[in-house]
Amino acid sequence: MNTRTNNDRFDAGRRTALKSAGTGLAVAFLWTAGMGPAYAAMNARRQDADPAVAAADGNPPFAPNAFIRVGADGKVRLVMPAAEMGQAIYTGIAMMLAEELGIGLDQVAIEHSPPSDALYGQPLLGGGQITGGSTSTRGQWQVLREAGAVAREMLIAAAAAQWHVEPSGCTVSRGIITHGPSGRHLGFGTVATAAGKLPQPATVKLKERKDFTLIGKPLRRVDSPDKINGGTQFGIDAKVPGMKIAAVRTSPELAGKLGPVDDSAARKIPGVIDVLKLDNAVAVVGEHYWAAQRGLESLDITWLPGVNAKLDTQALIDGLKKSSRDGPALVGRKPKGEAPTGGKQVDAEYITPMLAHAPMEPLNATVHVTPGKCEIWTGTQVPTRVVAEASRICGIPADAVTLHTQYLGGGFGRRLETDQVEQAVAFARQVSYPVKVIWSREEDIRNDRVRPLYFDRISATLGDDGRPTAWHHRITSGTVLGRWMPGALGKDGMDSDAIECAADLPYSIDYALVEWIRHDMPPGLVVGWWRGVGPTHNLWVIEGFVDELAHAAGKDPVAYRRAMMPKGSRAQGVLDLAASKIGWGSPLPARCGRGIAVGSPFGSHVCLAMEVEVSPEGVVKLRKAVAAVDNGITINPSSVKAQIEGGVLFGLSAAMFNGITLEKGVIEQSNFNDYRNLRINEVPLVEVHQVESDEVPGGIGEVGTAIAAPALANAIFAATGIRLHQLPVSRTSLAQSNDGKEDAA
Amino acid sequence: MTTLRVNGEDREVDVPGDMPLLWVLRDVVGLTGTKFGCGIAQCGACTVHLDGKPVRSCQLPVSSIGGRAITTIEGIGTTPEGQKVQQAWLALDVVQCGYCQSGQIMSAAALLARTPSPSDADIDAAMAGNICRCGTYVRIRQAIHQAATGKVFGLQVIVDGSPA
Repeated sequence: MNTRTNNDRFDAGRRTALKSAGTGLAVAFLWTAGMGPAYAAMNARRQDADPAVAAADGNPPFAPNAFIRVGADGKVRLVMPAAEMGQAIYTGIAMMLAEELGIGLDQVAIEHSPPSDALYGQPLLGGGQITGGSTSTRGQWQVLREAGAVAREMLIAAAAAQWHVEPSGCTVSRGIITHGPSGRHLGFGTVATAAGKLPQPATVKLKERKDFTLIGKPLRRVDSPDKINGGTQFGIDAKVPGMKIAAVRTSPELAGKLGPVDDSAARKIPGVIDVLKLDNAVAVVGEHYWAAQRGLESLDITWLPGVNAKLDTQALIDGLKKSSRDGPALVGRKPKGEAPTGGKQVDAEYITPMLAHAPMEPLNATVHVTPGKCEIWTGTQVPTRVVAEASRICGIPADAVTLHTQYLGGGFGRRLETDQVEQAVAFARQVSYPVKVIWSREEDIRNDRVRPLYFDRISATLGDDGRPTAWHHRITSGTVLGRWMPGALGKDGMDSDAIECAADLPYSIDYALVEWIRHDMPPGLVVGWWRGVGPTHNLWVIEGFVDELAHAAGKDPVAYRRAMMPKGSRAQGVLDLAASKIGWGSPLPARCGRGIAVGSPFGSHVCLAMEVEVSPEGVVKLRKAVAAVDNGITINPSSVKAQIEGGVLFGLSAAMFNGITLEKGVIEQSNFNDYRNLRINEVPLVEVHQVESDEVPGGIGEVGTAIAAPALANAIFAATGIRLHQLPVSRTSLAQSNDGKEDAA
Repeated sequence: MTTLRVNGEDREVDVPGDMPLLWVLRDVVGLTGTKFGCGIAQCGACTVHLDGKPVRSCQLPVSSIGGRAITTIEGIGTTPEGQKVQQAWLALDVVQCGYCQSGQIMSAAALLARTPSPSDADIDAAMAGNICRCGTYVRIRQAIHQAATGKVFGLQVIVDGSPA
């Protein structure tokens, strides 16, 4: 059945998606994706692309849509449209489908989806099969519950027909269909084949929240059991018969090229099989990674300098500052009303560093290229992009590329890129055997597609009551969106991600001008999505600056923010909750301070209150982090709590320690010794509190990360009187001389 | 040929003596639960036990092992401490991406074997060598206390279908 005629319900889903998308990136994608017939994304009902995928899956008796398969034996398999990289989306997806299908989470098997934009496209990201931007739950909330309901109604219809009863008298629970009046019951398997031949219901009724049996409960993650015994297969664990292992070195100078390579020593090492070259990289293939790595280290490589041979970080910052003065500026928010006259003026400049992703699983891909075909094993946030790139590199049609999706050992945005897989395909084309290409941690950091460097000028005029009567925020940066999906830029070239959470403040300020100036990075310095994307940068600047304004106005940072918010707003709700839970205003020991930050990223609302202690030598101890979050309806409270706990710590690691710097065009950091991550002895006590809400679900994977840095910086100010205008914290001296005044840093 | 005793079984491997145990386990023996994270003993993802003591297998030449018993994540569930740790990890849903968790569990099981009732300071000392990028440290600490004491620490997850 072709459901393309069911556009009324499709549009209803679209409207819900729009409503739940919030602002910024997701909406930008929606606008650019357009509302026309070219739009394709996941659908609750069978699509044109379904039969081929079902055939490749052995034509299950009941496959009413791209997500649900029921066998004649009654076994239910759920196909996951998003990528699992730790955010518990497989659990959330399974709960949404199973809630409406009427089955237990313990009764289903979970499967990775095959690559298909048409079947698994994310409606909030232009219909591509993309996991990012904290969009999965927001974009799937409506369609996946509907998919479960469609399947349930068809199974009921088949059972009712078999019993010659009215479907309305039947209910489903834990995979059993029961006819109430007669008490007859049967399992899904009995009617799977019959249900598969029925027409699909034009409309389905979704459960009300009060009737949920799964959604809202802290159910165990579907992937937990295999992740505690080494059983989960990540990309790096792929085992393919005849497979060899490769270690790689890519030009350490960004955009540099490979020159002559003397491999005579490498080829003498037992276990070394091949030495392969690309124009900017060399790989040694071995029987195992150790042989490959030893071979790589014994190569005598000449690198050819390129355009970045003299590039360093200061030059990048200087360039941003110059563009910030010279423009041209695109306007993200226009001021309303008349410019105020007079009042206290506060100005600041903020520098936000480049960051590496460093997922625990180093980047890797296993590739087997045979005549006319390419087979890939990897973990990715963009499966269809992987297929498209392999198809391009090998010069074969997309359907000649097979992707075996794996679990991701962390993504954080790094696996929204395909560069490492492209390189692996390019190496694999040169040999006949399957080859697993693994980047060392050093390669991973030195060849990252980094979070952009930002320079911000921000200023405000304060009225007599201390509140801002005028606000001017000018952001200068490269553009991730403009490279990664250029069509998603605004007509004027505006990057909606660059201004997300800056153009839409939680505060009532009418005369607010928000601008963005595009300043592209040099070739080879590729900027990429990093957990929290635009909001992680903007919230650190804005919430740091609002703290400066509170200080300039002589007001308490919580009371000051509160007074600027619309009364009863959701942002005010989380501000009040976090402040209350940390005991805002209660006495603290010497050298300790509390800081607060609030924002509304990814369709959710979050406030983080932090307590730090700063030693006389300037060492920061993280005492406590108390988060309050309003993410609308919660699918799984354990998952939400975990994402905030982990997201905050991810953001604190970066804010405390991390900044990618360049010297002579080479990234200076290389491993966890010089690109630090918080260790268990360094983490604060973390509390997560939720505001109960009936609103549609918001995003959660990046929310904690986006709010971490400003809460930390404001707490450090409270403890020391030192205002941070650049990150990481470790670049500013916080040492205090004996008389209590700060050292000249 | 070198004979290694891995999870109670003898394994014959033909590898260079300076090859780190990590790659022998992963690429030769075929046990991929032990993970590569940094290659310089900074992250702990490669942690295994030698005679019950935690070691970073990425820095351990296979020739230095001798007859000592190797336990990996695939075998830790057969030890009393390993079993308790895994149960607590499940009860609290500690894992996120899961990649570092083999190493975390191996370090935690070794801690409980030598310190059955660890303090927070003991946990800091034993676990500081294991990095988690997802930031599961809050639950790791709770789970170790729960495994040690049998008492409940933190939000317990529900296994759907289990009797209430």
